[in-house]
Amino acid sequence: MGPITPTEFTPWLSLGGGILIGLSAVMVMALFGRIAGISGIARGALSVLLPSEGVSQDRGWRVAFVLGLLAAPLAMLLVGAPVEQTVSGNLFGMMIAGLLVGVGTAIGSGCTSGHGVCGLARLSPRSAVAVVTFMVAAAATVFILRHVLGGA
Amino acid sequence: MRSFLGFLSGLVFGLGLVISGMANPAKVLNFLDLAGAWDPSLAFVMAGAAGVTFIGYRLAWRQSAPVMSETFDVPTSTTLDRPLIAGAAIFGIGWGIGGFCPGPALTALPLLAPGTLVFVPAMLFGLWFGAYAKSLPILSPKGAN
Repeated sequence: MGPITPTEFTPWLSLGGGILIGLSAVMVMALFGRIAGISGIARGALSVLLPSEGVSQDRGWRVAFVLGLLAAPLAMLLVGAPVEQTVSGNLFGMMIAGLLVGVGTAIGSGCTSGHGVCGLARLSPRSAVAVVTFMVAAAATVFILRHVLGGA
Repeated sequence: MRSFLGFLSGLVFGLGLVISGMANPAKVLNFLDLAGAWDPSLAFVMAGAAGVTFIGYRLAWRQSAPVMSETFDVPTSTTLDRPLIAGAAIFGIGWGIGGFCPGPALTALPLLAPGTLVFVPAMLFGLWFGAYAKSLPILSPKGAN
């Protein structure tokens, strides 16, 4: 969707960032005894505004967690660190993408963090199947958009 | 204290997303583009995150209870049902279109890119609607609850 922006291979930064994500997941387990699944945490935080089915009543730390997520890029900018980002300007496409991501993670009980990071670390067979499914679906979607429809 | 620790956990997670490149949809889409401008960086994100979590969880579970809660609450289901597969496939398609999964989309919000400002409200509506749809009989796994 939109022009392809080349990106550099950044193994060390990516590994370092991944280690921070892992540390956070361990903090959430050690402190609150929960999986650090962002779709679930966002749903819990959202239920403050919009009541929802089957959401835990323990919302306080989830709202705070989302605020922490939001503060992260601002903290980076504050210390003068680079925040590189290219988001598609195809707003209709982004709306459809957002809807699918929200609906899919709610129905499938997790996303890249809950199934990907936490589920794989727990050696959960459900999460392994979910990860393979969403990776294949995502790669197939990119292939179709870029190489079949896009002609790139 | 709960709120402060929740905030701190979210901040560390968000910094990880930004530093790793996971919060940059261009990088995510290039990772998913095996036939094109493939950027394997995100495999390192997953390896680092899952590796630390694998070890850290086992250390955390040595305690009798979490610091701020009474019990560890970890999913116990092992059934591979229709909602799991269908939901993951729908999520994957959306991820492949926009390059955002839920964490990076939220953490990218303060950067105010127009695409993000459209994506996040749609995702939040989708999360709410998906939870409702899951309670309908067509998606309820047989014999659950």
